[in-house]
Amino acid sequence: MSSLSVQHLLGIKYLNEKDIQLIFETADHFKEVINRSIKKVPSLRDITIANVFFENSTRTRLSFELAEKRLSADIVNFSAAQSSVKKGETLIDTVNNILSMKVDMVVMRHPNPGAGVFLSKHVKAAIINAGDGAHEHPTQALLDSYSIREKLGDVAGKKVVIVGDILHSRVALSNIFALQLQGAEVKVCGPRTLLPKHIESLGVEVETNLRKALNWCDVANMLRIQNERMDMSYFPTTREYTQQFGINKNLLDSLEKEIVIMHPGPINRGVEITSDVADSRQSIILNQVENGVAIRMAVIYLLASMIK
Amino acid sequence: MANNPMSQKVLLTSKEIHIILHRLACQLLENHLEFKETALIGIQPRGIFLARRLAHILKESYGVKHIDLGYLDITFFRDDFRRGDKTLEASSTKMDFLVEGRKVVLIDDVLYTGRSIRAALTAIQSFGRPSEIELLTLIDRRFSRHLPIQPNYRGRQVDAINEEKVLVHWEENNGKDIIYLINK
Repeated sequence: MSSLSVQHLLGIKYLNEKDIQLIFETADHFKEVINRSIKKVPSLRDITIANVFFENSTRTRLSFELAEKRLSADIVNFSAAQSSVKKGETLIDTVNNILSMKVDMVVMRHPNPGAGVFLSKHVKAAIINAGDGAHEHPTQALLDSYSIREKLGDVAGKKVVIVGDILHSRVALSNIFALQLQGAEVKVCGPRTLLPKHIESLGVEVETNLRKALNWCDVANMLRIQNERMDMSYFPTTREYTQQFGINKNLLDSLEKEIVIMHPGPINRGVEITSDVADSRQSIILNQVENGVAIRMAVIYLLASMIK
Repeated sequence: MANNPMSQKVLLTSKEIHIILHRLACQLLENHLEFKETALIGIQPRGIFLARRLAHILKESYGVKHIDLGYLDITFFRDDFRRGDKTLEASSTKMDFLVEGRKVVLIDDVLYTGRSIRAALTAIQSFGRPSEIELLTLIDRRFSRHLPIQPNYRGRQVDAINEEKVLVHWEENNGKDIIYLINK
């Protein structure tokens, strides 16, 4: 013990199981901190973090920002909509300009897969990937696993089904890597058109019948249909999608056992999940959001401690 | 410790520790009597053994009915973040009472530079504003302080040089109560 094996958090595939355990143990302590009446600790008071978002985000950006503030880091926010990117500046130029203002860490969301890896090779700062296209979203997968661990005691040996738009989902890929690293079994479920070809090669099983998948699993992670990433029609109508792959209270109550419902947000209520399921006792959707801050504090703290 | 190449000498034996703990308990009792307004807070990771031991002695040998005992982790309040090679590893904080308006006794096994206590003084503020804070330490390494911090209760004062290290073993953790002075 005990440092991370990486200097950047670019994806779950670059982590090992020990890293994940270290992040979880550190997050346990931060979770206690953020439930105090005074939620702030001074650890990162000499660290400056830039939140660079080339793609829209509410939850992730707020969660990172809150995590950074609770650690007393100085932060600068940058979103592409209001920036010089629109004027033709390249990614490296944009970030180097930010770094010349003495920034130690960059949290970046970008529509292109691999943007984080590219950046880590060209700029001198610790990089945290907050989502790169349909590739990875590591902190989301970490907080998902952390929430499963909190609810069920352990991730190892648990059966998790990821339902919905797997093709366009960075949450799905990061979750698959994270869950497998911790010894969980993973299935994916959705319309064939929204399942990537050769997904079986990652060691996950494909199930196209939602009821079967739900009867098999301990945890169902419901994903949103990412309409903004779809350049063509992948299923006839939203109504038909809901009938086949949406989860409602009747379906939930008719299962053989009580399963845990997760959703990374934002929820399209009435499409992939109905309101009474999202707000039910079995849902840990809001726990996921709370845990997101603790997990991000842990990741930032552990990476920042390696900045010299 | 037998095959340890470092030179070491015994600073306090189990019997001496036993006597000192009872003296410290009596000194606490003199100032706090019923412990109604007082909370004992052990500083993680090493101070919690001493805090637990003192609370036990106060209850068993001196008839104190209830003592609020907490553990405080100071990791995120330390001033050496990023200054060493290793990531500072946190321990858990456990305080199921409020410190607002109460007397707090911070408890740690060895007082050395005083930086841990400085961090603890900041950390405790997250849980409220105590009316008064005291410091109890088993070993006080005088002449090595970096900050103007002194204990209110001390077990034994030691003149150790910087190359030396005080190693405290507790029965519940290491099988035996004993304190060594080690030459690094």
